[in-house]
Amino acid sequence: MISLTINGLPVSVEEGTTLLEAAQFLGFPIPTLCHMEGLSPYGACRLCVVQLGDGPKARLVSSCTYPAQEGLKVRTASARVVRARKMILELLLASCPQSKIIQDLASAHQVSQQRFRQEHEDCILCGLCVRMCEEQMMAKAIGFRNRGERRSIGTPFDIKSEQCRLCGGCIYVCPACQLRCTYTEPDKAICGGCANLSPPCVEKEQFDDMMCYMNPCVACEIEKD
Amino acid sequence: MKAEEVLSIIDRHQDQGDGLISVLEEIQSKYSYLPPEALKLVAERTGRSPVDVYGVATFYKSFSLKPRGKHLCSVCMGTACHVRGASAVAQEFTRQLGVKPGETTPDREFSLETVNCLGACALGPVAVVDGHYFSNVRSSRVKQIITDTRAGLDDAERRADLRDFILNVSCSRCNRSLMDPDHPIDGSPSIRVTAAFERTHGWLRLSALYGSFTVESEYPIRTDVLVDFFCPHCHTELQGASHCPLCSAPMVSMIVRAGGIVQICSRRGCRGHILDLNGSGF
Ligand code: SF4
Ligand code: SF4
Ligand code: SF4
Ligand code: FES
Ligand code: FES
Repeated sequence: MISLTINGLPVSVEEGTTLLEAAQFLGFPIPTLCHMEGLSPYGACRLCVVQLGDGPKARLVSSCTYPAQEGLKVRTASARVVRARKMILELLLASCPQSKIIQDLASAHQVSQQRFRQEHEDCILCGLCVRMCEEQMMAKAIGFRNRGERRSIGTPFDIKSEQCRLCGGCIYVCPACQLRCTYTEPDKAICGGCANLSPPCVEKEQFDDMMCYMNPCVACEIEKD
Repeated sequence: MKAEEVLSIIDRHQDQGDGLISVLEEIQSKYSYLPPEALKLVAERTGRSPVDVYGVATFYKSFSLKPRGKHLCSVCMGTACHVRGASAVAQEFTRQLGVKPGETTPDREFSLETVNCLGACALGPVAVVDGHYFSNVRSSRVKQIITDTRAGLDDAERRADLRDFILNVSCSRCNRSLMDPDHPIDGSPSIRVTAAFERTHGWLRLSALYGSFTVESEYPIRTDVLVDFFCPHCHTELQGASHCPLCSAPMVSMIVRAGGIVQICSRRGCRGHILDLNGSGF
């Protein structure tokens, strides 16, 4: 067992537990975006930052990937953590304002506007879909391509994947676009929460293309060409 | 592309326990790009998922999924080369070849690309054409480089070397010159060392021209034999610190008078060498 303190409360956890799990065990809320139970931790969104230590040596780490260590002093809501979190939310809002999940997270943290150039990315590269496809659907149909600015998600050569089992798992977990599958009728939605927003593949001028990787799309039955 | 060729490349690397990147590198050097079918074969044969293979192939800039020309021109746009006017050089390449960086001429002769630092900043602006380095490139030289490339760079570089790439070397221990003006090779003083191999021991002369691999020796040395090099003055072994980038044999090192170190492969017939100039004598 490993003992550490979180927000001053001592806690003992098993080796291999992440800081996020330890904090959740004590009931301290930590917002997450790219973390999902059943999928391996990835540390892409940085929303789950917590502070380790105090004073000038204190540092921020992503709690979903950081394993608990003996004697750590963790703070989940210090001024620095809150500031970092708000900044991350602003950046997420700047790149993907249409996401219901990001909107909800932002409003829960009193972030109501952002000061960067507004974009409408259809992907925030959180990697949830890739992990879903590989780890739960055992398909490995989609993955990351390119790097840096040109990094994107998709099938090899952007052609219909032989591995894809058309399960819709990737769409289901995607924070940028669960509204993908609403099409124009909210009752067809996997997630009905976004009926107030326009489905990305109908409002084509704002988005590059239909964003799901299924071909043909079995969720909304739109013919793709 | 022939499936058997690709499969034999893959199998050979798998036998050696090599990773994905070496397989892709060899396929690319054979076809000048990575054909989609080859990537599929790699995935199938190595038991990797196509997503992973495609991910790696698109991650590295040195891999190309589009067919490339016979000759590859890489112009360095790294910081050091940039401040020395690399963009004008790149523009001149674009003008002469009629293609933008990342593109290939319609006759499939040349591909142009820009890269970020080739690790030879002191020689900037640097351009590499078919593995040959050009230093201090000015726009006015671009045309000549392209003409030389068409004519075959191996010959052209030999000619250019006569002009500006004679390595004047000395022993790293006693610092005495290894140059032998009495026995010129390729028209300039040769480098004389003592060579020991397979219980034989005799003199060996190397051409001092960078890019020339002419060797003369007292006794014939079979290809692939590892040779120990000694200083003829102090008899210290001229041992290098690293291993050959081509065949991983031990390297032989000598001091370059102008500043820097040259290392050559100790394997007879191998052209592996590392030139590390820290002075600005060139
Ligand atoms: S729909 Fe296809 S790509 Fe998406 S998770 Fe399922 S198998 Fe993977
Ligand atoms: S497509 Fe969605 S789930 Fe996949 S990486 Fe992008 S934002 Fe995340
Ligand atoms: S085509 Fe894809 S993105 Fe568009 S509504 Fe259907 S499932 Fe959603
Ligand atoms: S939830 Fe930890 S980095 Fe995204
Ligand atoms: S910047 Fe061009 S070689 Fe380093």
